[in-house]
Amino acid sequence: MKRRLILACLTTTDVIARAKADFDAVVVEGPSDMTVDEVTKAAAEHKAEAILFTNTLPLNAVAIAALPPSVKVGATSSVGYDHVDVAAAKARGLIVTNTPGVLDECTADFGMMLMLAAARRGAEYDRIMRKGWRYRIGQGDLLGVRVTGKRVGILGMGRIGRAFAQRARGFDMKIMYHARTRLPPELEQGAEYFADLHAMLPHCDFLSIHAPGGPATDKMVGAQALSLLPDGAVLVNAARGTVIDEDALYDALTSGKLFAAGLDVFRSEPDFDLRFAALENVVLAPHVGSASKETRDAMGYRALDNIAAVLDGRPAIDPLWRD
Amino acid sequence: MPVLFVTRRLPAPIEALAAKDFDARLTPSDVAITDLAAKANGADAVLCCPGDSLDAATIAALPASVKVIGTFSVGYDHIDVAAAKARGIKVCNTPDVLSVATAECAMLLIMAAARRAGEGERLVRSGQWAGWAPTQLLGTQVSDRRLGIFGMGRIGREIARMARGFNMEIHYRDMTRLPPDLEQGAIFHDNDDSFLPVCQVLSLNAPGGEGTRHWLNNERIAKLPQGAVVVNAARGTLVDDAALIAALRSGHIASAGLDVYNGEPRLNPEYMSLENVVLLPHLGSATTETRDAMGRIVLSGISALLSGETPRNLVA
Repeated sequence: MKRRLILACLTTTDVIARAKADFDAVVVEGPSDMTVDEVTKAAAEHKAEAILFTNTLPLNAVAIAALPPSVKVGATSSVGYDHVDVAAAKARGLIVTNTPGVLDECTADFGMMLMLAAARRGAEYDRIMRKGWRYRIGQGDLLGVRVTGKRVGILGMGRIGRAFAQRARGFDMKIMYHARTRLPPELEQGAEYFADLHAMLPHCDFLSIHAPGGPATDKMVGAQALSLLPDGAVLVNAARGTVIDEDALYDALTSGKLFAAGLDVFRSEPDFDLRFAALENVVLAPHVGSASKETRDAMGYRALDNIAAVLDGRPAIDPLWRD
Repeated sequence: MPVLFVTRRLPAPIEALAAKDFDARLTPSDVAITDLAAKANGADAVLCCPGDSLDAATIAALPASVKVIGTFSVGYDHIDVAAAKARGIKVCNTPDVLSVATAECAMLLIMAAARRAGEGERLVRSGQWAGWAPTQLLGTQVSDRRLGIFGMGRIGREIARMARGFNMEIHYRDMTRLPPDLEQGAIFHDNDDSFLPVCQVLSLNAPGGEGTRHWLNNERIAKLPQGAVVVNAARGTLVDDAALIAALRSGHIASAGLDVYNGEPRLNPEYMSLENVVLLPHLGSATTETRDAMGRIVLSGISALLSGETPRNLVA
């Protein structure tokens, strides 16, 4: 008999097809992902053993307490899990898994795109074109900043940060990083470690954020951190919006302290701070770092693999914690 | 000091350098010069830009004082080099120094087109971003894909170097095969039929001119794999616009990134109505660092030629 699953988030047709083939699945109808109430109700009615969700579902202590006892595993189709109350899940005996490893390349690609687009004014140029262009631009006008050969600081040197570093090396960039602990040499690959973020910032022509969200990194890049960057630096964030103090970022972008920023994530999504939409020197994206067909399929399959493992009595592949 | 006529406004540090080394006649605007012969009267050299047409008639009309033409660009398809040679005028350009900036621009176009950055930007700026949806803005992954480079000169090789950081498999099409130290493992194709079908991403990096006019036409587009991404940061004339636009509409080409156009700056307006293109206004070399280096190399080339030396940026 097939195991009972709630597919609570909208996903690709291929992932839905596999969920239906492998499980007795109740699939969200849309147009939005299921709310906590909808998940609780569906899980109770369906006697669900598993829930597949993403960062649109706040799986906090209240939501976890409301889940029926039949639910043994929750799989988030995301690498970040700041929407999950890990302590509450542990206390309840709910196994929670994520999808690390399958979206690193895709997200690092997107971070590099944002860095190039911000430095080379890609979005601003595209707007000029869509208004028709039709005038000659002076040889000294609208100049961007070269990326190749510059210094980039990476905040958070996990899998995605390291994949980003690999791409930056193709541009002959000097790589520096700040993380809680120093990496072994084979992962560091010559990157320079800074135990103190603020000591690294004055050397960063570019700063790219790849740290997780949550209280530990909240507003880590604030007014003081931004003031330590060289004038004309470029900031990229394809990780979590909460790492940045957005008021301070807005000030740095409008004062000329920063040349430009590339932002895929915001403190509040999708209701982001609309002041950024009025700026020419930002490149904005709607949290699509992992949005390639190949990667979204891989994330969904990985979440299903985790659920199958747990319900078959095997260890989870990507548990958020190990006992 | 030799007299130098400059056809267009240049970056301020370069205008200052020109004024230091030459009796410089600067032009404080970006309007195309129509009376070059009169403006260059008595000048030893002319510093022109892409967009200035120095065809045979214009060169024939230049005053006898003009011995050197420098162009603030690596491309010189706007200069009739044969006509200049016939008049004993030397031509120099700005090779090498813009390869990196142009390659960066091509990489930006590859990633922005593949990952639908223009559409995402417009959605976010509209204030209508309503949250995640299953197929919203799903792009094509860049890393681990096959990249085909048409024209493996300096810029093409820079792109290949950058693309290796993305684990892309590099293929190239050129007239001759490169030596191994320049090829760096890239796969050579001596014909379009073997080259085009492998190009999940196609980057055009060949020179302009008659030999490559409308190279990317209906017949060649049909040989690309379904859903290919095409970028052009080289010359607009490489592309048959009608063919590319039709393929972008049909979806045979998933997306395109363009920095150059036929007839620029009056490009085919149909491009502006397409969501699946990322468009830049021919700013491949537009970094402060690169424009500065371009100015320095062309001015030093002009000085050298006027002194009877042969600089390495001599075109003919």
